[in-house]
Amino acid sequence: MIYWELFYTFFLIGLFTFGGGYAMIPMIEEQTISRGWATASELQDFIAISEITPGPFAINISTFIGSQTAGVLGAICSTLGVILPSFIIILIVAFILEKFIKNRWVEGALDGVKPIVIALILSTAFFFFVQLVFFGGNSVGSDFSFDLKSLTLLILLAGIYILYNKTQKKRMNIILLLVLAAILGMLIYSVG
Amino acid sequence: MKREKSKGKGKLLGSLFWTFFKIGLFTFGGGAAMIPMIKTEVVEKKGWLGMSDILNIIAVAESTPGPIAINTSTYVGYKVAGAMGAALATLGCALPSFIIILIISFFYEAFMKFTPVINAFKGLNVAVILLLAIAVINLWKEIPHNAFTLVLFIVGFISYVLLSWFNLTFRFISLVFILFGLVIGILFEAYKVSKEKKKA
Repeated sequence: MIYWELFYTFFLIGLFTFGGGYAMIPMIEEQTISRGWATASELQDFIAISEITPGPFAINISTFIGSQTAGVLGAICSTLGVILPSFIIILIVAFILEKFIKNRWVEGALDGVKPIVIALILSTAFFFFVQLVFFGGNSVGSDFSFDLKSLTLLILLAGIYILYNKTQKKRMNIILLLVLAAILGMLIYSVG
Repeated sequence: MKREKSKGKGKLLGSLFWTFFKIGLFTFGGGAAMIPMIKTEVVEKKGWLGMSDILNIIAVAESTPGPIAINTSTYVGYKVAGAMGAALATLGCALPSFIIILIISFFYEAFMKFTPVINAFKGLNVAVILLLAIAVINLWKEIPHNAFTLVLFIVGFISYVLLSWFNLTFRFISLVFILFGLVIGILFEAYKVSKEKKKA
């Protein structure tokens, strides 16, 4: 049955993804194309839309493929499938970890993990930046294409954010920052 | 008395759901980019957890399988209100995405041609870089600043960037990095223990 097939395929994808939603793209390509749920070019559109719309990428792409394959019920099955492994594993880990969080060895291990996690987030920011500004949004090493508009927008947003925080004595609301980004994006990218 | 308590719990669960619904709606570009929103909503507005709790949760969310946004929501929900809290926070985080994509999926070919919206989303993707930078600064304030953390951070960043730049990444690369930090953390703790023993 298609609903069950969607559920367990996305359950496995959720279970074997490490390092966040983007890491699941190869597995999604392999599974959906071989099962005939989407062609390679359709999938490219699905991924592009899932990347730019709000919400976690993993949820977006799962809902998209489920909906295209088997309607609303299909979307529910694939999305629940991708969420469930995370949910179960985190419940178990949280339950155990909260009991041992004050243990010196657990604390020591976490103290080693924290700088690495922050480094991973900075690397993600770095690659988003390089890909967007120097490679036209494609992966590093593809054709060089300098994107002045995106760079201008980034500097503009960072400038507004820093200036606001310096002058207003309170930090700018993230939602306000995002609304600004959307409006400025609409203006900058539609020129020329 | 008991009824009042359960009423308070119901309110807390409802509030968790809406907080994560909001966070899910304004998350772009993956789990780490939602850290600034979590800081505002969960730490500052609601006071449910401290930033050091959030850093622990992010560390676990990055090291376990599955989308980081979902892992984080589940963990925060669990810490605030147990298993039911975990379920509602996770559902809240996933629901906006689900609804938006479901609607788009019915006419995505037309959507792709709707340039003003596409341009607005392009602008939001630029903002993600800023959100990640803010997340790095927020989290950096939560760890002790000494030679140990600084070296781990720099080594972690440079080696990850080099591996990715030369396309030498593999499926479980982030897990390997996390395990590396975990082992170094335990070794450093063992070193501290042996130093204490020598002193005593």
